[in-house]
Amino acid sequence: MYNLSDEEVRSLELSANAIRQSIIEMLMAAGSGHTAGPLGMADIFTLLYFHILKHNPKDPDWSLRDRLVLSNGHICPVLYATLAHRGYFPVEELLTLREFGSRLQGHPHRGSLPGIETSSGPLGSGLSQALGMAIGLRMDNEYTSQYVYCLMSDGELQEGQTWEAIMMAGKERLHNLVAIIDRNGIQIDGDTEDVMPLEPLRDKFESFNFDVQEVDGHNMRMVADAIGKAQAVYSQPSVIIAHTIPGKGVDIFERDYRWHGNPPGKGPENMVKKSDQGKEALRQLRTLSGSIKNHDLD
Amino acid sequence: MKIASHLNPKLFQDGIERAPNRDGFGDGLLEAGEKNLNVVALSADLTESTRVNLFADKFPERFVQCGVAEQNMASVASGLAAMGKIPFIASYAMFSPGRSWEQIRTTIAYNDQNVKIIGAHSGVSVGPDGATHQAIEDIAIMRVIPNMVVLAPCDIHEARKAVLWATEYTGPVYIRLGRSPVPVVTTKESPFEFGKGQLLVEMTEHRKNTIGLITTGSLVYEALLAAKELDEAGFGVSLLHLPTIKPLDTEAVLDLAETHDLIVTVEEHQKIGGLGGAISEFLSEKRPTKVIRIGVDDEFGQSGEPDKLIAHYKMDKNAIIDAVKKGFLR
Repeated sequence: MYNLSDEEVRSLELSANAIRQSIIEMLMAAGSGHTAGPLGMADIFTLLYFHILKHNPKDPDWSLRDRLVLSNGHICPVLYATLAHRGYFPVEELLTLREFGSRLQGHPHRGSLPGIETSSGPLGSGLSQALGMAIGLRMDNEYTSQYVYCLMSDGELQEGQTWEAIMMAGKERLHNLVAIIDRNGIQIDGDTEDVMPLEPLRDKFESFNFDVQEVDGHNMRMVADAIGKAQAVYSQPSVIIAHTIPGKGVDIFERDYRWHGNPPGKGPENMVKKSDQGKEALRQLRTLSGSIKNHDLD
Repeated sequence: MKIASHLNPKLFQDGIERAPNRDGFGDGLLEAGEKNLNVVALSADLTESTRVNLFADKFPERFVQCGVAEQNMASVASGLAAMGKIPFIASYAMFSPGRSWEQIRTTIAYNDQNVKIIGAHSGVSVGPDGATHQAIEDIAIMRVIPNMVVLAPCDIHEARKAVLWATEYTGPVYIRLGRSPVPVVTTKESPFEFGKGQLLVEMTEHRKNTIGLITTGSLVYEALLAAKELDEAGFGVSLLHLPTIKPLDTEAVLDLAETHDLIVTVEEHQKIGGLGGAISEFLSEKRPTKVIRIGVDDEFGQSGEPDKLIAHYKMDKNAIIDAVKKGFLR
């Protein structure tokens, strides 16, 4: 178990805030890309890279590292920003997102940038790759303590391939596989439950032989405890359904599916006009005046 | 004409030995598994008919049964390769790469993972199962993927060598196999060199009308029979066999085009996008040459015995000879 101290929680939340600011700056520089998902997952990425993962930013290919597979590649701004803030590459490089010749491709490309385990973008194939990694680790060591974390969206569960992978992970009883689902409830065309309902999600995973936990994806302590429990589960794969707020940290973006695929400056104008969206987002994050505060900080 | 000395000495005799080239894959995979502990095999519920059973029985701890789920199998293999394994994924070509094309493109080729894709049961010679199971588009969809090697061995020996070579090579490879027994054209000792064509028949004297046959995979024998008859009928004939379709042996193809009047490609695949397509694309840019493509002409297959189907879709010896003669009439 991780038993985060108040100080650790505070420090993680400050890192997450800095990562959110980078996400906004990157998206504004790129002029395209996804806003809601990256902001919503900033807390979980921060927790993983700053506290949970066994990894070494100075030796990204260290063979004993844990693996983090980002399945829904479109939220890569949060992955890039987290890797940069953790020391994998210079933070200034974040502003090259989506530029010609940049290592920060519009969707992640393995081999372009240190710390990227898989190329991803087409939805629904990350869990299969994570599953292959987990089997590979187990072939070499049945009692491996190297974990494979697969970060997935809720919308991509509509892809048939994910259920092929879920079925197989259950069959293989992969104790070293931990899937974390960004259950933010939105996708491009609207709310997931309108587009193609996913509920009852917990029951579905349980019936496929997963250990299932549901957490508030913005509560560092709760997510850390869930990951600790998932690591302790024996002979079953784990899934953590992380309930998150899309656009978390900037009130004009929160919970609005229209911010799924638009960057600040190109989003809906019902609250703030386009030209001021980026500025307003950074103002909220820098002053901590938005909803980023949670009960641990109060 | 001169026949390459390494070919089966019983080449033109009745009763030449026949075997499905998937048997060569099964033997090669087992051998590769014995030599290299990183070799793993994945199956999508077709373990015996793809001949993965030989490996699976000997190395159960390195065999992964994926069930009827080819898309997942492709990406699981990518994950295994990321951990240093050398995964072979085997299914029927119609399902893998047919159904799992995007997973192969993105999670294997774009991801640059060392996965070997085995497409068994290609071509109309799958036979009675019918068109749903006859992959005649697989070369086209695989050779268009960057970073992908495409091999189509002609018989049991070449299939075995292709597998052993692919194990040593780092990167994605597609190996195309068939279901039905085909004549064993080569021998255990015949050379297999990646990326290189083999001149199986060489024109030895200058004649009025000359043909460069280019072939691959299961139809090499039909092309050899056609070469012999054409030679006897007074044509000058050479036959270039390309077990590697991608990367193309451009030097050998160019050489053939420069020394022959007509190029004829022979493959058990759609005329569109396969070997004939690759040759036409290359020659039209480098040395515009008349190319006649033998293959399925933009239609689906059907049930029937393999030999009947090969003849019906005009890919047998007689069809090759007819096409050559028509080629010179115009």
